[in-house]
Amino acid sequence: MTVPLLSLQGLTKAYPGVVANDTVSFDIGEGEVHALLGENGAGKSTLVKMIYGLVKPDSGKMLLRGQPYEPAEPRQARADGIAMVFQHFSLFDALNVAENIALGMENPPEMRDLAARIREVSETYGLPLDPYRTVGDLSAGERQRVEIIRCLLQDPKLLIMDEPTSVLTPQEVEILFKTLQKLQSEGTSILYISHKLEEIRTLCDHATILRLGKNVGECTPSETSARDMAEMMVGSTLQTPERGSREFGAVAMDISGLSVPAPSAFGTALKNVHLTVRKGEILGIGGVAGNGQDELLGVLSGETLTEADAVKLHGEPIGKLGPTARRRLGVLAAPEERLGHAAAPDMSLTENAMLTGSVREGLEKNGFLDWGATKDFAERIIKAFDVRTPGPGNAARSLSGGNLQKFVIGREVLQDPDVLVVNQPTWGVDAAAAAAIRQSLLDLAAKGAAVICISQDLDELMEISDSFAALNEGRLSAPREAAGLTVDEIGLMMGGAHGMEVAHV
Amino acid sequence: MIRLEKRPQPSRAWSMATPLVAVIATMIVGGLLFAALGKPPVEAIRTIFWEPLFGEFAFYYRPQLLVKGAPLVLIAIGLSLGFRAGIWNIGAEGQYIMGAIFGAGAGLAFYPSESFLIFPFMVIAGAFGGWIWAMIPAVLKTRFGTNEILVSLMLVYVAEQFLASVSLGLLKNPEGFGFPGSRNLQSWDAAHNAELIAGTGMHWGVVAALIAVIFAYVLLNRHMTGYHIRLTGEAPRAAKFAGVNPTRLVLFCLGTSGALAGLAGLFEVSGPSGQISIDFNVGYGFTAIIVAFLGRLHPVGILLAGGLMALTYIGGDIAQSNLQLPAAAIQVFQGMLLFFLLAFDLLTNFRIAIGKPEVA
Repeated sequence: MTVPLLSLQGLTKAYPGVVANDTVSFDIGEGEVHALLGENGAGKSTLVKMIYGLVKPDSGKMLLRGQPYEPAEPRQARADGIAMVFQHFSLFDALNVAENIALGMENPPEMRDLAARIREVSETYGLPLDPYRTVGDLSAGERQRVEIIRCLLQDPKLLIMDEPTSVLTPQEVEILFKTLQKLQSEGTSILYISHKLEEIRTLCDHATILRLGKNVGECTPSETSARDMAEMMVGSTLQTPERGSREFGAVAMDISGLSVPAPSAFGTALKNVHLTVRKGEILGIGGVAGNGQDELLGVLSGETLTEADAVKLHGEPIGKLGPTARRRLGVLAAPEERLGHAAAPDMSLTENAMLTGSVREGLEKNGFLDWGATKDFAERIIKAFDVRTPGPGNAARSLSGGNLQKFVIGREVLQDPDVLVVNQPTWGVDAAAAAAIRQSLLDLAAKGAAVICISQDLDELMEISDSFAALNEGRLSAPREAAGLTVDEIGLMMGGAHGMEVAHV
Repeated sequence: MIRLEKRPQPSRAWSMATPLVAVIATMIVGGLLFAALGKPPVEAIRTIFWEPLFGEFAFYYRPQLLVKGAPLVLIAIGLSLGFRAGIWNIGAEGQYIMGAIFGAGAGLAFYPSESFLIFPFMVIAGAFGGWIWAMIPAVLKTRFGTNEILVSLMLVYVAEQFLASVSLGLLKNPEGFGFPGSRNLQSWDAAHNAELIAGTGMHWGVVAALIAVIFAYVLLNRHMTGYHIRLTGEAPRAAKFAGVNPTRLVLFCLGTSGALAGLAGLFEVSGPSGQISIDFNVGYGFTAIIVAFLGRLHPVGILLAGGLMALTYIGGDIAQSNLQLPAAAIQVFQGMLLFFLLAFDLLTNFRIAIGKPEVA
């Protein structure tokens, strides 16, 4: 048997109170695209950080082409031919592409030579990119290309990619996959981290599945069904949300011709948005992050006030009503940012239950607060949505992201809204809890509530929505019936590849 | 290697203990400072903390504690509401002066009437004077987005000019032989904020301070406005999501702190000080900022901190006269207290870990 490129043997890493990786072993062959699968918190990030020299393993060893490999820092890992594209980009908005790339280099060449090399690499791998463009003007997909090209300039043997498609439109994903396949054909190995199973099935040769820090199985993705992989990830049988059949009632929420200027220099203006959602209907709103999702939620929740007629509830204008008045009328919302927007980090769960629950749950009388009832309400949320916490007295920031998300969604769902607006309802939540949250949205709709679900997870939107629209640079596409939409159609609604063509490969 | 780790939850124990630890650290380092100045350190610390309470002349100093502590607590309570919400009224000194001028002026307009309505009217006028002075930065902030820190601070110096002007003009005592300063309110019964029980230092200002403590406690813990104040301070975006109206909050916080500072000024001018004069203000409005933070912006904490601050003032005076400690050394000592408090405050949210750092 040939010597694998990188062999991990019994890697273990413990943090106080949690074993992030427990004797994980697997091999990555030369020229192999290897998937690392697992839920949030399964230990994927810790594992790749060890490979990239950011974290030192407690025990176990790594062999690079048969030689012991112990990177003390990322610089050493890069010198050994290992490169990594992080999920969150580390780019300076105010600098151009070439300057950003030069910043990450040990001995940057002359800017002109560097620009020429960037052009050369970007053309070779079908990643169109102008080295002199300012990063602040680039789309998420283009920024990712900057990061990838930064890695490719080092001529890596192993390229690690952490959730690379989470910010891309379907068309951009296609471009990325072509690049990765070309790299593979030239003998570069790729370690591909994701929880999107269909992607892994099309791209990867081999998959290692992590659960709670342990290697729980390996498979060949092309021969394994997505459902089987998901169940290996979760460790139990998955409950698929049931849609049931629903009758749509009268129009509950109606937005017509709404335009709102960008709230800040980095915000997105909403342009001529039309939207209607009926009782019992779930409207899914897709789109790449930063295309106006936050701003749309603000308009619906009442944080951003508009012309009275622009937003209507059951035909009544509510555009000038603030969040409290809208809650009284039954319009509830759960923003994307959990800490600092949906919840106050240093306040207890009880205090956070008061945050949106005061009006509808009757927690306030003549301005005075009923903390006993609020605690009961917080406990109801914790119980109904299986929030893992010692009790309602704990600070919101002490909860894991997924648990806090369950609390935030539960807080709104339990208040029995007429219209519920959620943004990224299952972001960072494990598969079982995500299914529970989606089920609760479906149940809510079945009871006759109108639900607007803004999400970047297209699988999620296809699973629960009745109609689908997409946000692109602050414009909302015309809603279409969700059933029967193809990936291509969705991609075009999301703005295609942001005007980029697949370069000649 | 020593490093700081963020605690998952703020530590309740440390949040209670930090003021105490800060006082002890101040005593130690302050003692070293006094020793370096060639003064007996233990003696000096004892003079500052012990003498006013239990020393030979404690019967004189104890009432002084109330007299000095009451305005500090009254002003600090008002400031703490705004500070909690991230609204920084630095100009309490000016609002204190304006409260005194409005209050005294309202009373003196009826001189020499002996109506029992005069003192209540002065109280209302005093609160109004502080309130209106605080409304200037409040309205400018909500209308034009000016910085309330700068505006409120600069208005202190405007108020000081007003004070000098009325001492020399409008409110000058016609029977004062040309000396600057108003009539002495102590010698006019209808306007005198006298001791409620003779020899205790207990005057209406002390009562008002205690009421303010209770009012603030209930507001912050049991009322929607207090909840909104805390929410705005901790997570402004969440506050907006919860439906807090930032404009109303700015007006409320600045208005309340101004009114309370104005009350403190009125009780001072009609009681311990007795008259409007050019040097009427002695910096209570600024010291109250320290008191507010020393008391962790918590009403009960502020009550204790006000007492402690009054103690170091009086003890510092005694140490100056008995041990010839320079006044600057006393001020350094008081400054240290705030410095150590803020430094140890870190331990509420962080713990010290010894060992090798982990790269996250």
